[in-house]
Amino acid sequence: MTLERFDVEAIRREFPVLHQEVHGKPLVYLDSAASCQKPQSVIDAIGRFYAHDYANIHRGLHSLSERATHQFEAVREKVRGFINASDVHEIVFVRGATEGINLVARSWGSRYLGPGDEVLISAMEHHANIVPWQMICQERGARVRVIPMNDRGELELDRLAELVNDRTRLIGLVHVSNALGTVNDVRKVIEHAHGRGIPVLLDAAQSVPHSRVDVQELGCDFLVFSGHKTYGPTGCGVLYGRQILLEAMPPFQGGGDMIRSVSFEETTYNKSPWRFEAGTPDIAGFIGLGAAIDWIERVGIEAIGAHEADLLDHALSRLDEVPGMRKIGEARQRAGAISFTLDGIHPHDLGTILDREGIAVRVGHHCAQPIMRHFGVQATARASFAAYNTRADVDALIDGIHVVREFFGA
Amino acid sequence: MNELRDLYQEMILEHSRSPRNRRVIDEDAGDVHHADGHNPLCGDEVTVYVRLEGGTVADVSFEGSGCAISTASASILTETLRGKSREEAEEVFRRFHGLVTGTSEASEEMGKLLVFGGVSEFPARVKCATLAWHTFRAAIEEQPADGPVTTE
Repeated sequence: MTLERFDVEAIRREFPVLHQEVHGKPLVYLDSAASCQKPQSVIDAIGRFYAHDYANIHRGLHSLSERATHQFEAVREKVRGFINASDVHEIVFVRGATEGINLVARSWGSRYLGPGDEVLISAMEHHANIVPWQMICQERGARVRVIPMNDRGELELDRLAELVNDRTRLIGLVHVSNALGTVNDVRKVIEHAHGRGIPVLLDAAQSVPHSRVDVQELGCDFLVFSGHKTYGPTGCGVLYGRQILLEAMPPFQGGGDMIRSVSFEETTYNKSPWRFEAGTPDIAGFIGLGAAIDWIERVGIEAIGAHEADLLDHALSRLDEVPGMRKIGEARQRAGAISFTLDGIHPHDLGTILDREGIAVRVGHHCAQPIMRHFGVQATARASFAAYNTRADVDALIDGIHVVREFFGA
Repeated sequence: MNELRDLYQEMILEHSRSPRNRRVIDEDAGDVHHADGHNPLCGDEVTVYVRLEGGTVADVSFEGSGCAISTASASILTETLRGKSREEAEEVFRRFHGLVTGTSEASEEMGKLLVFGGVSEFPARVKCATLAWHTFRAAIEEQPADGPVTTE
C-alpha cells in the first residue's frame, strides 16, 4: 500500500536518529549512499525477535527454533517478491553486496574461468566489483578488462562490441555509481551479453534502495545488494542468482548448514541457496531486513524515487550557485548522489567544517579510486539522499558550503 | 566555531596556502633519501626528500598535495627538522605525535608545532597531521620500506 501523498515530515518522525543535534546544530544526514538510517519499525523488529523468538535456525526441533526458522525463511520470500525473482531458491543470504560479489567470483569463477579468459567490468566500479575479479583472475590466469567512461561519467557502451569477445566469460557492472550517481543503461549491456551467451552480474547496492529493481524484467543473471543501504541493518545482504547458474556452482564456504551429509571420506552439499550459507547467519539482521522491505513497500519505492529525484534537481541547481564548484559526474541519467570539489579547498577540510555545522557528508575516494584518477582528483565530497531528506537539508548543505568558503577565505 | 579555529590556526592556513620547501631534492645532491606516504582514507599522497650530512638533516622537502592540515604539517616539518640530528628529529616526532594524539602535554620548546594542538580534538584528522612525519621517518630509515608508508 502506498501513502496517499509522500509526507516527508511523517517519514522523518519514523527515524529516531535524525532527531538530534550535532555540535549544537540539527543533524543533516546526507550520507545515505554510505549507509542508510533505520526506521523505528526495523529497530523494533530486531528487538522483538531477540526478546521473543530468537534461536538458531534450520537446526532445532524446539518451538523457538521453528519460529526463528519460519521468520527467517519468510524474509527470503519477501526479498524474492521485492526484486521479483521467479523462485525463492534464487535468493542467497550474504553479509552484504561485497560478499555477494566475492561469492560469485570465487564459486562461479573457479568453475568457469580459465587461462586467457576475460571478465569485463566498468571504469566506474566500486572496489567491491574490481578486487574480487582481480583476485580470481590472477589465480585462474584470466584477466579483467574495463568498459571506459567519458568525462560526464557515462560508460562508453558503444564500445561493447569491440570489448566483448570469445574469451569474455562474465560482465560485472554497477547499476548506479556510488561515486558519480550515474544510472547505467544495464539493459543494453545485458542484451548485448546475452546475445553472446555471457552472464551479467549487477551491483545494485545503490539502485535497490531508490528504484524498483525487477530481476526478471532486467534479465540479469546475478544481482547483489546490501541491507544496510536499504533501511535495514548491517551484516545482511542479498545475492540473487538464476537458479540454473546457482545449481551448477560449487560451494563458497564450508561448514554447517551448507551440507547434506558429512563423513571424513565424503561430503555432499545442500542445494542452493543453503549450499552457499555456511554457518549461522545474522538471523536478527535478516529479520530486520524483512521489516525494512515492509517499510519500503508501505511508503512505496516509486514515491521514494520521485522524492529523491526532486531533491537531486534542487541540489544540482543550488550547487551551481556556489563559486568554484566542480561537480564530478554529470551523467544525463543519474540518481541521488552528488560528488563535488571546491576550488582551493580539500574535501577533508570541507567535511570537517560541515560536520561542525551538523552536516554529514562523505569525503574521500568512495572506494572508487579509478574514478578519482579518471577525473584527476584524490577525493571528492559526496552528498547523497534517502526518503527522509528534505529540500531544507539541501539548503543547509549550501549554507554550510558558504561557511566553509568564508572560513578559508575562498 | 572555536574548536575549528583551534584546528585551523592562522599559521596552518597560511602554510597550506603557501607551503615551504615544496620541491624535489636532486638525487645527485649527496646523501639523499626519499619515501612515499599514502593516506588510504582520503587518497592523499606525499613524498618526503631528505639530504643528510653526517647524520644531520641538511635539507628536507616534500611534494604532493593534500588537505590544509596535511600540507601545513609537511611544510612546518621541513622548517622544523632542518639542522636536526636523526636522534633530535626522532624526539621531535615523538613529541609531535603525542601532541596531535593528545597523549602527551604540550611544551613551549615545541615552538611552531604547537599550532597543531587542536588536532587532538579531531580524531579523524590525526592521520592528516602525521602523514608527512611518518614518511620522513621512513625516508631516513636504514632499511628502506618495501612500498609506500601508510597511515593505517
